[in-house]
Amino acid sequence: MISGIDWSISQIRNAIGRGDVLARDVCETYLNRIQTVDKELNSFTTILRDQALTQAEEIDRNQDSWKTYPLCGVPITVKDVICTKDSTTSAGSRMLADYCPPYDATVIKLLRESGAVILGKTNCDEFAMGSSTEYSYHGPTQNPWKTTHIPGGSSGGAAAAVAARLAPVSIASDTGGSIRQPAAFCGVVGLKPTYGRVSRYGLLAFASSLDQIGPITLSVEDAAIVFQVISGFDPNDSTSSNQSPIDGSNLFPGHVDKMRIGVPWSVLEKGINPEVTEAFNKAIEILSEQGATIVDIELPYTEHAVPVYYLIATAEASSNLARYDGVRFGYRADLKGIDVNLETMYSRTRNHGFGDEVKRRIMLGTYALSAGYYDDYYAKAQKVRQLIRHEYNRVLSDVDTIAMPTTPTPAFQIGEHVDDPLSMYLGDIFTVSANLTGLPAISLPAGLTKEHLPIGFQLIGRPFDETTLFRVAHTFEMNTDWKSKRPPIFSEA
Amino acid sequence: MSKKLTRSDVERIASLANLQLTKNEVSLFTEQLIQILQYAEKLQTVDTSSLSSSNSKKNITSELRPDKPNLSLDRKEALSGAPDASSDGFFRVPKVIDR
Repeated sequence: MISGIDWSISQIRNAIGRGDVLARDVCETYLNRIQTVDKELNSFTTILRDQALTQAEEIDRNQDSWKTYPLCGVPITVKDVICTKDSTTSAGSRMLADYCPPYDATVIKLLRESGAVILGKTNCDEFAMGSSTEYSYHGPTQNPWKTTHIPGGSSGGAAAAVAARLAPVSIASDTGGSIRQPAAFCGVVGLKPTYGRVSRYGLLAFASSLDQIGPITLSVEDAAIVFQVISGFDPNDSTSSNQSPIDGSNLFPGHVDKMRIGVPWSVLEKGINPEVTEAFNKAIEILSEQGATIVDIELPYTEHAVPVYYLIATAEASSNLARYDGVRFGYRADLKGIDVNLETMYSRTRNHGFGDEVKRRIMLGTYALSAGYYDDYYAKAQKVRQLIRHEYNRVLSDVDTIAMPTTPTPAFQIGEHVDDPLSMYLGDIFTVSANLTGLPAISLPAGLTKEHLPIGFQLIGRPFDETTLFRVAHTFEMNTDWKSKRPPIFSEA
Repeated sequence: MSKKLTRSDVERIASLANLQLTKNEVSLFTEQLIQILQYAEKLQTVDTSSLSSSNSKKNITSELRPDKPNLSLDRKEALSGAPDASSDGFFRVPKVIDR
């Protein structure tokens, strides 16, 4: 058996490949931890015990052929907005509470074919709309570092599960920071690949010009392994790209020699928690010591990124969520004994099936697209989005990557912002730009506050240049010990 | 720019979005949407006169697949998630045409 609980992908894969341990035993170890620890955290919406054990046993039976696969016997979790055939995919919503898709998302197919074992589905804000996982039909997930605090969102369950070592890998989605922000709040690694890198076929669409699927892991190396498994062109997603895959053979050890790292210092002057600033400055110092050149860059449109994001994302959501109308899948309002027409069925179903935040966003998006308001809101936001994109392209023609904090503050308390949507939205200031521009971005653990809450450090790269992100991120990881810090939940487990 | 959002605007949007909101929800959303839209007002100060509104994506290549017939979900699978599917293979909805 492998000792400890911080198992990396290669440790698990190699131990199973050598025959030192059975995939079934690895799977069961994690399932048992989930059973003990997750009562408190609520990071899972569905635990797929039987299916996972069956999958692991199949790997053990044909260990000789499976052992060459990159995720041979590696347990993973899947955010509950990604379709898994014949197991519930609820999107954290009453609307899809019992919905079992008849097909696997492309990423799920690729992961299964690589030997991954799916332990279960993770909790998230309803239809991935939120920054705290409090807007879930299944109730909030708690942060394993401090259970009075939120784990971030919308992929809060995914990040909490990895941080609590309930799985070495979580697969999640990021529309405005939903992988990176919870990764930062839970002290783990979160990667949003370039728009087009990973197929979204089978991802319940939120905002189609922004959504991207990526991994949450304990290390940069693990993020790179999973990234390589899930990336690639998919004929079922016309926005997926045929760009050549990255060369995984010489990614690590990372280095920052001759690299230019841009920092938008003027943007970071105000509105940031002092402990976050301190951790960020320290991170820049480390990269500079390792040989990177730190370049002062200007990103003057940063303050506009949040309003642009919330107008575009909600407009797209209002259209994407029109399909939930009580006809083809999911919930239908109880109409027994009432003589209703089709319109009443639609509107009752949608009002009962969706939670407040989803309704709020559908309303905002519908308004931004409606006659008389389209030019002032949606069209204007699209234009400013172009300015933001030009600005990032200009900066990235001079520097190899851009560094900034992942979030302006550490995790907040459960309930702190839940009734004040605008204050919740403002926390997304550093993450939404990577979605608006389609650029790849990664969040890394970079410190702990005095209260022992994790702080995240973010790198944004050139289109399809995840390689540089991995190298810089790995260099940072090798020169700090944040990766080895564990949440205090372990003393209780 | 645009005048302040009113309750009747919210009711109109809700009907466009097929959401039957309660009175309390209309009040809550009116208040919250006013706040969010006020914050978004600052976009109006950005000069975008030289830009078109199309969302051109220079970095993205859109790949189309060949238009070849392929197997997809069978009828039973396609109906498997429906809240009201008839046994003879249809989605059932309330009457659309008057009796």
